[in-house]
Amino acid sequence: MNDFSVVSLAPLSVLLPILGAAIAFTLVRRPMSQIVVTLATMVITMSLEIWLLVDVWMNGGAEAVLLGGWEAPIAISLVVDRFSAIMLVVSSVVVLSVLLFASAQGLGDDEAPQQPVSIFHPTFLILTAGVSNAFLAGDLFNLYVGFEILLTASYVLLTIGGTGPRVRAGVTYVVVSVVSSVIFLVAIAMIYGATGTVNMADLAMKLGDLDPDLQQLLHLMLLVGFGIKAAVFPLSFWLPDSYPTAPAPVTAVFAGLLTKVGVYAIVRTETLLFPGDRVNTLLLVISGLTMIVGILGALVQFDIKRVLSFTLVSHIGYMIFGVSVANQVGLTATVFYVVHHITIQTALFLVTGLIEYRTGTANVDRLGSMAKISPLVAILFLVPALNLGGIPPFSGFLGKVGLIEGGVVNGSPLAWVMVAASVVTSLLTLMVMMRIWTRVFWRPIEDSEDPAMRGMEEAKRAEAKATPLRTDSRGLVVPTVGLVTVGVALTFVAGPLFDFADKAANDMIHRTPYIEAVLGEEAAQEAQLEADVLEDWGISGSDGAGTQQGSEGGSGD
Amino acid sequence: MTIDAVLLLIMGVMFAAAVYLLMDRTLTRIMFGLMLFTNGVNLLIIIMAGPAGLPPIVTDGVADDEYLDPLPQALTLTSIVISFAITAFLLALIYRSWVLARRDEVQVDIEDIQVAEQPAYDAEDDAELTEEESEFLEDHEDPNIDYELTTRDEPTVRPHDPKEGDRR
Repeated sequence: MNDFSVVSLAPLSVLLPILGAAIAFTLVRRPMSQIVVTLATMVITMSLEIWLLVDVWMNGGAEAVLLGGWEAPIAISLVVDRFSAIMLVVSSVVVLSVLLFASAQGLGDDEAPQQPVSIFHPTFLILTAGVSNAFLAGDLFNLYVGFEILLTASYVLLTIGGTGPRVRAGVTYVVVSVVSSVIFLVAIAMIYGATGTVNMADLAMKLGDLDPDLQQLLHLMLLVGFGIKAAVFPLSFWLPDSYPTAPAPVTAVFAGLLTKVGVYAIVRTETLLFPGDRVNTLLLVISGLTMIVGILGALVQFDIKRVLSFTLVSHIGYMIFGVSVANQVGLTATVFYVVHHITIQTALFLVTGLIEYRTGTANVDRLGSMAKISPLVAILFLVPALNLGGIPPFSGFLGKVGLIEGGVVNGSPLAWVMVAASVVTSLLTLMVMMRIWTRVFWRPIEDSEDPAMRGMEEAKRAEAKATPLRTDSRGLVVPTVGLVTVGVALTFVAGPLFDFADKAANDMIHRTPYIEAVLGEEAAQEAQLEADVLEDWGISGSDGAGTQQGSEGGSGD
Repeated sequence: MTIDAVLLLIMGVMFAAAVYLLMDRTLTRIMFGLMLFTNGVNLLIIIMAGPAGLPPIVTDGVADDEYLDPLPQALTLTSIVISFAITAFLLALIYRSWVLARRDEVQVDIEDIQVAEQPAYDAEDDAELTEEESEFLEDHEDPNIDYELTTRDEPTVRPHDPKEGDRR
């Protein structure tokens, strides 16, 4: 036991939620104890993951757990490095607050009163297990299994209650997700056929020896598979179609987490498996299109959930942009931006849930006077909305500055075009958010475009106004406040966080910590030889420029 | 690596049929398409193990070409289980869809069409309203008639409006 490390407990962050789900399933007839079990599981898992993060933060580097007592690369390995540790913690924080929200909401008083609430909590835990597994996976097939666990859970959550719109959206979502998984699986099979391994560290060493054309093919297949999951344009059509129909807490966690798992996989592909600038130009163009097309979609929507789904697609573009500029500043900013975006996007969806709870609709045309109805909700909306739009003191601004700096360091004409595109997208995001802000919160309800309200007689309208709206439920407000606070807190810890992200990016670009953790030192030294690849990433000159920027912004408040 | 041409051909046919079926609007056909799709991949993984015939058992002293790689079989088993579960779920979903809509087809998203059909002109953003005090104006006298026309109660989409391509 003398060489005990908390990393050897990493598999528990997958196992605990599954165990908790099993216990929760047995308590189907006791909703209260089910909630208690679920929340307790999440709290324990989160503490464990925070411990992991602290360990990684202090000691640095990457560590691997080899399951089943086999040697790498035969064993299934789970790898904890800086990037995966921070993703684990952020995902748990988000899931915990959404679970609190959902427990207070009592899904029963949603549209369909007869829906089977009892499966909600266990399924949520299984979703968490899948997400953790995907973040920890050290081999491609385990990553596939992680994806499948979280997707299958998400199918259930998306169609919960089985109402008409949800079934309609669910069918599209299931079909699209299965197709993306199949493409991923085909890529795995072909990679296995070409190299004889699915271990990512092992692949990092072997893929480089393949025929360049074959490499290109495998690389693109992986990117298409992950691109569908991450909702990258033009593979993003399914997302705004399916997410908005689900209950608010479900949409919140989907928007926050599921696409980010795809982004995480893309980052791993680009850094660990296929370093080099083979597809960077393509990714750069795609990231710009994702930003612009996504936000243009948001401009025409009149349902808040749909608007937010489109901004989600648009902001995935930012993360891809940070990866595709292929330098350390960009990658650092991507890590930071993913953390920021998970928190903010989930918070915004929770606030939408609050609006829906108060008024029974999330349709901008039917809403009005929200600032008067509930000033608290107004503040809770404004803060993350400004954050998403990239208004200076907030973390959204810092992340975007980092990304733009990455584009500037890259320096190619195309990168400049994309820098411009990202600034435009940021402004348009702000415009979209302010449209919601002025219409939902400041416009008097009498001026709303609600056809039902317009057609009503004056007396009836007065009567409708006299009917008291539901008051804010404390159980719903507290988790939302918590998550919004976390989002604001990201600004204050931006300095250390950027520092951490910088080291994470450095680890990922060098690849050696990851490979050393799994395969040992000799393999790592062998992998290190590819110095020309490192030069492509601009490792020598750009040391920590983004870091300083971040700490200045952080301490400035 | 030797590859069985027949298996490869079958896999290709399965993928081709799967893609064809996935293009359909009928839910059952889509499901069959997905089944073919996932099983096509299973076949691909098996092909990657090498030629059939050898036992997947390794003992000390067995040469590289005297046993079959057992890992692809393990991978296939996992992916069969996953595709089985998803097919079952999809079947339940299709049944539910049929119970609700009585149609074995991908349903049209009404809200999507509403968004698509809304004019570029948004009254609330773009209308220029003139101050007018009088009530009971005839339409042609009302300076703000544009605004009222664009925001009045007029559902543009009827849910059961059959569209071209809905049925063949």
